[in-house]
Amino acid sequence: MIEVLSSLPLNTVQDLGRKGQRHIGVSTAGAMDAPALALGNCMVGNEPEAAGIEVQTFPFELRFLADLRFAITGANAEATLDGRVVMPWWTRAAREGQVLRLNYPAQGARVYLAFQGGIAVPRILGSRSTDVRSGFGGFEGRFLKRDDRLPLSSVGAQGRAREFGVLPPATALAIGAPDQDIVRVRALRAGEYDRFPVAVQRTFWQSSWHITHQSDRAGYRFSGPKLSTDSHIEMRSYGVVPGLIQVPPGGQPIVQLSDANTAGGYPKIATVIEADLWRLGQARAGDKVMFIDCTYREALEAKAALDAYLARVRREIRLAQYQPDEAVAP
Amino acid sequence: MKSEHSNGAPKVSLLGTLAVLFEAPGAFELVAQQRIWALADIVREWPEVLEAVPGVTNLMVAWREAPQDVEEYRGALLSAWERALPKEMSGRTIEIPVVYGGARAIDLAAVAAHTGLDRREIIEIHSRVDYTVCAVGSAPGFGYLHGLDVRLACPRKSVPTLRVPAGAVSIGGMQTGVSVVTSPNGWNVIGQAHVSMFDVGREPPSLLSAGDRVRFVIERIDA
Repeated sequence: MIEVLSSLPLNTVQDLGRKGQRHIGVSTAGAMDAPALALGNCMVGNEPEAAGIEVQTFPFELRFLADLRFAITGANAEATLDGRVVMPWWTRAAREGQVLRLNYPAQGARVYLAFQGGIAVPRILGSRSTDVRSGFGGFEGRFLKRDDRLPLSSVGAQGRAREFGVLPPATALAIGAPDQDIVRVRALRAGEYDRFPVAVQRTFWQSSWHITHQSDRAGYRFSGPKLSTDSHIEMRSYGVVPGLIQVPPGGQPIVQLSDANTAGGYPKIATVIEADLWRLGQARAGDKVMFIDCTYREALEAKAALDAYLARVRREIRLAQYQPDEAVAP
Repeated sequence: MKSEHSNGAPKVSLLGTLAVLFEAPGAFELVAQQRIWALADIVREWPEVLEAVPGVTNLMVAWREAPQDVEEYRGALLSAWERALPKEMSGRTIEIPVVYGGARAIDLAAVAAHTGLDRREIIEIHSRVDYTVCAVGSAPGFGYLHGLDVRLACPRKSVPTLRVPAGAVSIGGMQTGVSVVTSPNGWNVIGQAHVSMFDVGREPPSLLSAGDRVRFVIERIDA
């Protein structure tokens, strides 16, 4: 069990999302940076789809009510365990009573906390993710707050795993030259792309889009040059996936994310590829985003590269976990 | 309303690598929707399909794993559409009482201005017909309804309203519906209903299913 000592709104229990419920209008929800949560889980010996905490407002503080292993992944936040620094993308064993604190990240938007066993809230419609808008799933269907006590699944012995860290995806899968100011994501052209004049298409790809403060887990609203079509496009409502970029008649694009409505009706210009969704999940209001025009083939290759990275890190985690203690000593 | 693909072939477009969107040609007619339901039944049997999600005369096919050859996939969808015969659904009729007008109906004046009808006419026309639930989506339990009188058609707002309350009865293009949660919405709100459209504690959680009929009953008209 863990106890929340202090939390601002917006922090929730999430797993990898609620799949297959869009036909009744239920969003996927789930971690905005899925690889971060999945790897955090692997680092503590869980299945990738176990539930953890997504922290997106800081500081956040919790107390361990039992001895257990935890991992911190995602955004590069300063973390301490009883005042001692814990590195990002790192796992450690905590003792009962110890306090973990997360401060505002220097880079990235969302930190994931994975706990040995995983958070044992009930599965609703197949997932433990919080659906905040509808108020179900996760911990009582809401944001975490002070004094919440989260149950964990009991698992076998903690093993002899020592502390270790893994190579973060932002390093392993960097796109182009490192540029802290601009988040680059690849996107495939969508259904109404051709309805935008060529000059507008060019503007879409060449502009850096400012993420406005009207942005959350449901989607980000961008500001930048106005994207307009020659004539008004009235669409019939269609199914929406995370990453879909729509252009309302106001001409300022919106990208749909984890908590997005499952259907929408605005013209769609492009879709951020699955392999780059986590990059958006780590972008913050005020950041700038550029969309890179990519082909279907390149999108599949990007997904394969992400999967290969995840597989490689999982192998390294298994090696670290089974290393005999003697080998750890210098 | 004239749609982009009102004539000719169906349109198949990518939603990234997670899904593909199939849009039926032709007008927003019930028979097109019935073929979409049939197409959904066919593709649900395909092993790579995570979910077939009917929209309004369209179908989103979400994948477990994206196909290597997407052109071949497009062909398979088009050929399945040729086999998809209109499917009759034996739905129920659900009555939803509505308070039309009042402070909640923030766009009733805009709908009146756009349609050239007065408030009373809008309300009478809206509550006169039985609507068919084409699809459930957007928010949990939200039903996309077919049957809106063409005189009430009103385009979505150019910038969505950030907080539209649950129960709001609204018009978006040639569609009408009842909001199920408080959320951003670009449709034009004309009234307010007090029913539970979705409850995870209920089986099934959604009040409406595709194929059901909905009747709006005037509970009250506020100034």
